[in-house]
Amino acid sequence: MLKYLIKRVLWMIPMLIGISLISFFIMHLAPGDITSNEAAFNPKASEESRQKLREMYNLDKPVIVQYGLWLKRMVTLDFGKSFASHQKPVFWQTADNDGNVTKGLIQEALPITLMINLLGLAITLILAIPLGIIAARKYLGWQDRSITLFNFIGFSIPGFWLSLLLMYWLGVVNNWFPISGLHSLNYESLDSWGKLKDSLSHLFLPVVIPSITGLAGITLFVKNGMLDVLQQDYITTARAKGLNKHKVVYTHALRNALLPLITIIGLSIPGLIGGSVIAETIFAIPGMGKLFYDAVLMRDFPVVMGILTIGSALTLVGNLLADVAYAWADPRVRRGVARD
Amino acid sequence: MTNHPLHFIKNAIIVVVCMWLLACGESPNSHQSAASIDNINYPIESGGALINAMTGEPSGLISMIAGESASSAISSNIFNSLLKYDKNLELEGDLVTNWQISADQKTIIFKLKPNLKWADNQPLTSADVLFTWQAVTDEKTASPYASDFQLVKKAETPDPLTFSVTYNQAYAPALDSWASLQILPKHLLQGKNLHTTAFVRNPVGSHYYKLDSWAHGENLKLSRNANSVLGQAKIDKLITRIIPDNSAQFLELMADNIDLMGLDPIKYSRIIPAHPELQQKLALYKELGNSYTYMGFNLKHKPFDDIRVRHAINYAIDKQEIIDGVYLGLGINIASPYKPGTRWSNPELTPYPYNPAKAKALLKQAGFVDTDGDGIVEQDGKPFAFEIVTNQNKEREKSAVLIQRRLKDVGIDVKIRAIEWASFISRFIKTGDFDVVVLGWGLGLDPDQYNIWHSSQQAPGQFNFIGYNNPTIDKLLEQGRLELNPDKRMKIYHEFARVLLEDSPIVYLSAGYGLTAINKRVKGIDDPAPPAGIGHNSHDWYIPTPLRRNEISAN
Repeated sequence: MLKYLIKRVLWMIPMLIGISLISFFIMHLAPGDITSNEAAFNPKASEESRQKLREMYNLDKPVIVQYGLWLKRMVTLDFGKSFASHQKPVFWQTADNDGNVTKGLIQEALPITLMINLLGLAITLILAIPLGIIAARKYLGWQDRSITLFNFIGFSIPGFWLSLLLMYWLGVVNNWFPISGLHSLNYESLDSWGKLKDSLSHLFLPVVIPSITGLAGITLFVKNGMLDVLQQDYITTARAKGLNKHKVVYTHALRNALLPLITIIGLSIPGLIGGSVIAETIFAIPGMGKLFYDAVLMRDFPVVMGILTIGSALTLVGNLLADVAYAWADPRVRRGVARD
Repeated sequence: MTNHPLHFIKNAIIVVVCMWLLACGESPNSHQSAASIDNINYPIESGGALINAMTGEPSGLISMIAGESASSAISSNIFNSLLKYDKNLELEGDLVTNWQISADQKTIIFKLKPNLKWADNQPLTSADVLFTWQAVTDEKTASPYASDFQLVKKAETPDPLTFSVTYNQAYAPALDSWASLQILPKHLLQGKNLHTTAFVRNPVGSHYYKLDSWAHGENLKLSRNANSVLGQAKIDKLITRIIPDNSAQFLELMADNIDLMGLDPIKYSRIIPAHPELQQKLALYKELGNSYTYMGFNLKHKPFDDIRVRHAINYAIDKQEIIDGVYLGLGINIASPYKPGTRWSNPELTPYPYNPAKAKALLKQAGFVDTDGDGIVEQDGKPFAFEIVTNQNKEREKSAVLIQRRLKDVGIDVKIRAIEWASFISRFIKTGDFDVVVLGWGLGLDPDQYNIWHSSQQAPGQFNFIGYNNPTIDKLLEQGRLELNPDKRMKIYHEFARVLLEDSPIVYLSAGYGLTAINKRVKGIDDPAPPAGIGHNSHDWYIPTPLRRNEISAN
């Protein structure tokens, strides 16, 4: 098992290098660089100054040389500094000689996105698992049909549209929830209870709306898993033994039905840090989605590469964790791995 | 004004919100009656907080490095320049009491106001001005605006209140450049790298406000600077929230969480007038901006080198239709690249009228006739067809569509391509690989447009990308740069605009109004807006105590 793990981890290194190489070249295939943004298209701004910027950021060198420079920095885990945000560090904070600490872009954005997505995932799971079980147990009954209908609607409604309607209804018409942003302007002067309340009310819409629209997929997964399992012979055996219904469903069936969820959660780890551009734009949340999107538009290469690298590393780790969790949860897989 | 692939979604959002808002009419959120705010004469008093919103976050607050409008929007409240523009867009002293121009027009001597101070109580002297000039022209600084200052041959500070600059030859745009360069404190920045210093996120300036806090991605809070060199502003706190989505901004405005925002024509002329409760609390302002939209020909490509073809296209396009259709009437027709109503705009010029018959006749003269009866004119058997390239900008795309239809009427086959900004610049503008573009110019307040029209400015990355080459224009542009006397200079640029209009290297499409909604709690705003716009006296705006928000003022 340990051997297997070590092998998997070592394999990640060439994979990461390959991913970063491809990303780097694809990124440079898009025309333009940091000097071709709209603000630079100003008759007062001279071409010499743009050339100076290109030299400052090594953008005048061939792509392969730029990649080499990037890789050299990455070996020391230096993600570099953003072009577009006045040389803010891409990943983690740095301090200058006078002790002024500048926070990293990802350092600031990641916790926000992570918190929203984890809360969202938790809500989705808390709702999806019971809904899926009910739908499977009452398969083709009215409960199943109404859950399917609800999911279908949730799945079909565009998130941004629902967001705007709810923002209008809950924020403008009724003033129950804040419309956008993460904190009220007087956040600093609140006591800790007030701060918590303030944060939660700001998070309500951005967390709940994606959970509702994301509910459909997971519910369907749980339902189908349950349906599969409930038809297995060992369930029939358990029933035949005279075990009570609850024990059959929640102990014997559910555990097996949830196995595929491990894969889904594992695969959703990169999504957890990705964030949604649209939701973050609408709700004015300075998260990872907006950061990445703006970086692409500004051709802010260090930020794009930083997020892609961290994203792909997390994807690989997520896959590994999912496999390990699988092995832990499913003895058949465990035996297969041990044989390797 | 970034535009991008999300465009479709943004449009969809706008449509949805508009339909929603138009449909719902009265909302249950009723406020005090309109009359109460409008008619009471509140005494002028200081205090309160003004909450603003913007879509992008500044990268830093040294605007000569940052370069983007979000940065200068904030930093112009924090830093002063030597000169500034008054409400009629004439130059006046900001940090200086007066300035003198030598007889040969090469030297400008600025006299600073006495006893100037930085917000941290240090004296502000000519040494700071000299330092700022050195910083912007420094080899290690990549300021997009350095070129104006690199022309200074010699900069001197004979005494703490005097700063003088000497140019190799008279340079008229110099005065404007000294109105745009924000003076930085030497004692805090000496020896620092402007590209990495933490000062950009924690600046110390001399203007009405100082930065209190900056919550990344959320808001910037400014409060009054007790040492302000120009006296005290009325409003205590300026808070700018960063809300990237326009619809979300508008919802915040409706919910009274922000006090002002820029509007698009639909919100200005359709949504707000349809909502009495919004009309009650919002005052609408319109002012002419410093930009215009145009259609530019690649003059190196045939047949656009033929003036008859350019004139024909100019006559064939109905500009009023574009203003009505795209800007809902909230724009004007222009005939020169200057803001109408300012001294540089030549009042005798009139735009090309819409005249398709004349357009057809001109095309015929140029040898374009429809020989095969397919509705498209041909020259030597080749149909007249071209592609309009533009960036993904709603207004420009819509304008292009209207142009397409009008040109079809005179037998020209037009295709439209709208692409993302950076690709647009690199793939089409820099390479010169385009026939026709629809774009806009945002102009400074100085009339010099050498970089756009002079024939020497055609290298890749320079701004005469349409390849305009006219010796008369070149000469006028050169003269205009050498003449510092405003009246003589005005005559040069009036002539320049006349020749330009006659030659028609571009078709002026329209100049849209800047539209703003401001909560009526804010008083002291000039209406109608003077040429400089409503913001020119924002330090005199005030919010009467009974109209202030509670939670913020308590803060």
